[in-house]
Amino acid sequence: MTKIRIIKSGTFTTVQDKGRWGYEGFGISVAGSMDDFASRVANILVGNPEDSAVLESTFLGPEIIFDCDEIISITGGNMSPRINGEPIPKWTSIKVKEGDILSFSPASSGFRSYISFSRGLDIPEIMASRSTFTRGKLGGYKGRKLENGDEINLGNGELSNTGSYLASSFIPLYGKEKEIRVIMGPQDDYFTKKGIETFLSSKYTISSQADRMGYRLNGPQIEHISGADIISDGIVFGSIQVPGHGFPIIMMADRATTGGYTKIATVITPDLSVLAQMRPGDSINFTAISLKEAHRLYREYENRFKEIKSIVKDNSFEFNEIRKFNLKIDKSNYKVDIIEMRGEIL
Amino acid sequence: MYESTKYIPAGDRAVIVEFGNGISPEINTKVRNMVKSIDNIGMEGIIGILPTYRSVQIIYDPMVLKYSELINAIKEMEEDIANYSSTDIRIIEIPTIYGGKYGPDIEFVAKYNNLSVEDVIKIHSSTDYLVYMLGFTPGFGYLGGMSERIETPRLEVPRVNIAAGSVGIAGKQTGIYPIDSPGGWQLIGWSPLSLYNPTENPPVLLKAGDYVRFVPIGEVEYLRSIKDGEVYDKD
Repeated sequence: MTKIRIIKSGTFTTVQDKGRWGYEGFGISVAGSMDDFASRVANILVGNPEDSAVLESTFLGPEIIFDCDEIISITGGNMSPRINGEPIPKWTSIKVKEGDILSFSPASSGFRSYISFSRGLDIPEIMASRSTFTRGKLGGYKGRKLENGDEINLGNGELSNTGSYLASSFIPLYGKEKEIRVIMGPQDDYFTKKGIETFLSSKYTISSQADRMGYRLNGPQIEHISGADIISDGIVFGSIQVPGHGFPIIMMADRATTGGYTKIATVITPDLSVLAQMRPGDSINFTAISLKEAHRLYREYENRFKEIKSIVKDNSFEFNEIRKFNLKIDKSNYKVDIIEMRGEIL
Repeated sequence: MYESTKYIPAGDRAVIVEFGNGISPEINTKVRNMVKSIDNIGMEGIIGILPTYRSVQIIYDPMVLKYSELINAIKEMEEDIANYSSTDIRIIEIPTIYGGKYGPDIEFVAKYNNLSVEDVIKIHSSTDYLVYMLGFTPGFGYLGGMSERIETPRLEVPRVNIAAGSVGIAGKQTGIYPIDSPGGWQLIGWSPLSLYNPTENPPVLLKAGDYVRFVPIGEVEYLRSIKDGEVYDKD
């Protein structure tokens, strides 16, 4: 059998891909990976299409036993991944063997981790996506987060004998304070000049109410001209709603399709991956940029994946047996793993 | 209705095409005609279309479709849709069992408005409601046109779980819950009709521009229809 079994589910692990686009008009949330960058790179590293389904974990990843050999890659926040208790590198392809156990510790930096599988997760597509939308009990594995004992079949493809890694210059640095770039609107004209100034000059802290649906922020109240309600209209990934209480809420992957609160600004796409790795207690500053500048950054962001694909190709290596040594130097014991890699290492 | 349409960017991959700042069938007709027009043209780079009361949200891929190209295309479409006539109006009949365990708040709604339960049923089921938009949960239609005579405020304490198919009233609004969800609406009835089925395409029964008509049925009639193997389907 080619399958994996979830021994321990971790905090919150779901199946995600690029999201369920094109059904917003039916009231169906898009869902999809919170961190688009980490999710796509995880797939590139195991040779999958970028939008293949991955496992997304928040804060603490799952414990998984493999019932087959498989090539995986782990990206995103640092949850100290281990195979059979031995630390393994992130942002690289890893060959695991039948019976191996993958485990994690709580995230020491970042907030969400992604696991890609070269055989692919055997999850049915619903409305052209494998993403889990837990509130709608839709998609993914039975429409819910993974639980202890769940089994997911993998595909039957042949495993490649080559892997690759991402050069460190492409690996994002996760931090507790970030600048988040926004495009003002669509309802910034519902706020006073003072309100806009407050929004753009204050530090906002992510509250404990922060999940895949949205992040509620704490900080100075933003002043409306007259009321916070609008006739309900559309919401996108990154819409920043400000209800009557004056505190912003950033709408994330599992957002509702529509809403009736004023939206002061919208986070640009590349910075959504930055937000996805922030956690309650972290703080952000908003900076407004023009649509033109945002589109330049969007193109730069998308083109980065092409560059990453070419770098990853250059960095490819063959999997070989890992040779383990116990070294004793100056009364200290060291465990040394030697992996032989061929090809040019940049 | 605005004198000229507003195009408002909602981030780097969506634009809101806003026709007015009110809830009216005239504005909403423009919204629906715009959606039809975009569907007909099938422009490359458009990923999602969301019609609302007074606007269309278009999600696009900036790598495929430039913002300026998109706006120009919309402007051209606007000239065309001015000449659309409203055709193929669908009226969806919603068989509804009013009151009792199916609509536990109907007596409150009646009392609140100084009416009898029968009056509430009659008033609620004698209007064809326009589906202005879908949102909130999969397949939930925002219906327009409920009589003010049965207007009732929300529950003070929302229910933790409301069964799919429940028909409710909140202020001037009425609607049907497509999936089990929490909610604060006054429940007056329940429909056996399924509004949301993720395995079908499209997965939802209602679409913006449809009209909804609530057709009172009795519990006995409903139970008999199940026994006879009759199924309320989407036709």
